[in-house]
Amino acid sequence: MNKKIYLDNAATTIVKKEVVDEMIKYLGEYYGNPSSGIYEIGRISKDAITNARQIISSFINADENELYFTSGGTESDNWAIKGVAFANQEKGKHIITTKIEHHAVLHTCEYLKKFGFDITYLNVDKYGMVDLEELKNSIRPDTILISVMFANNEIGTIQPIEEIGKIAKEHKILFHTDAVQALGGVRIDVKKLNIDLMSMSSHKVHGPKGIGAMYLRKGVKIDNFMHGGAQERKRRAGTESVQNIVGFGKAVELLNKDFEKSNEHIIALRDRLINGIQSNIEDVVLNGHLTKRLSNNVNFSYKYIEGESILLWLDMDGISASSGSACTSGSLDPSHVLLATGLDHGTSHGSIRFTIGDDTTEEDIDYVIQKMIEIVQKLRNMSPLYKKH
Amino acid sequence: MYTEKVMDHFRNPRNVGEIIKADGVGEVGNPTCGDIMKIYLKINEDQIIEDVKFQTFGCGSAIASSSMATELIKGKSIQDAVELTNKAVIEALGGLPPVKVHCSVLAEQAVKAALYDYSQKHSITIKGLENYDPHATDDIHDHTHGEE
Repeated sequence: MNKKIYLDNAATTIVKKEVVDEMIKYLGEYYGNPSSGIYEIGRISKDAITNARQIISSFINADENELYFTSGGTESDNWAIKGVAFANQEKGKHIITTKIEHHAVLHTCEYLKKFGFDITYLNVDKYGMVDLEELKNSIRPDTILISVMFANNEIGTIQPIEEIGKIAKEHKILFHTDAVQALGGVRIDVKKLNIDLMSMSSHKVHGPKGIGAMYLRKGVKIDNFMHGGAQERKRRAGTESVQNIVGFGKAVELLNKDFEKSNEHIIALRDRLINGIQSNIEDVVLNGHLTKRLSNNVNFSYKYIEGESILLWLDMDGISASSGSACTSGSLDPSHVLLATGLDHGTSHGSIRFTIGDDTTEEDIDYVIQKMIEIVQKLRNMSPLYKKH
Repeated sequence: MYTEKVMDHFRNPRNVGEIIKADGVGEVGNPTCGDIMKIYLKINEDQIIEDVKFQTFGCGSAIASSSMATELIKGKSIQDAVELTNKAVIEALGGLPPVKVHCSVLAEQAVKAALYDYSQKHSITIKGLENYDPHATDDIHDHTHGEE
């Protein structure tokens, strides 16, 4: 079996060659510490960071001094939520988030409960969409932060971020969005969308792992997450990972250049895969919103069979994908996201997520559809549930 | 993650299917937990398991455990079969990841449930199943699922 089709781009993406080429320079030739700007090799590193900061901030319509490099999306989420919570607790200790956030947000909120913070978790509908009326009704005089993810990593649903930003602004509440999954699939304008804090990660957009950023609107009161040196305008201490920052910058530069063309290509393949599965396999449920979904996300539940078994067969057929099944995580419950959309446990266990990339072809998609038809039939043939329905 | 033996039994599961008019049928697990195993037994007058089939809704480990369990009891007496343990299934598979041990427990329980059904239908007592409670398997599953 020589075929290799990678359809797990929501987990991570390949680091593009142009990105690697750029990074290598800063691992070898330009190794200076950016804090040592008194001499040339230090200044080169410092300039490289400035360049990357310009590229990324410009891409999201932020000012350069509103972008802070972190170690990734998880750190950005932690910093945004804990930083705002601890710095603003005299105003109140109530935070609103959703039931379908990434664990970097959910577990951070859980941690804050130890310090007396009260968390409201918004429900989502069957498409994974938050209810703006429920959001408005959840706001209290002591609410200090609303944290709603831009787009869901599992089911791809894109939230009404502009409306949420508007509601937050009207109530003078800070608004954080985890845009880790959205960055490559949606054009983001932080000013237009009234976003105060936004988390981003490099490795979801063909950059290296271990680097991310947080957009922090000027004037937002926040505690520092890291304490130490004066890096990142004294807000995030630690010697900068120059090669990673350079790689992130290059990845966003390429993303910006090919954004519309790439997304058009990916959307066509996404719809081809959705249609192919729906028309060839019975008893499937498309998870996520029908139209307000990430360009690359295809998430179906295949009734009467279990996700890990599907993944194993896909792997043997050279296809990499992901599952919301509990059996891939070792916990009893399947994905909290799928359960929050109202999917029953049994159906949730049979969910598979394909996330398409730039290099995916029509031939790849047709191969996946054919293999899925065979795999689902094979597993259903041995399922005691299949004939019972 | 899985041994070659587990993958062999996952790829090529032995004894898949159902036996019409089986002498004993056992089903354990539930879709909420993501695993259901159903075992069918054909038992002859000498109380030897002539044929055994299984159906499984579950992960790779659940399918491999079902397959291996059926192989281990095929041709055996009902008394030998009732002594099948999840440890024997794990050993025969060359090991399971700790988090997947519950699958082997389910396989053991499915065999016991099928033998219990046989004992009830034929009004006989099988040594080792005197205190068997067919409704207790879900609790066992829940318990083992949460371990590790």
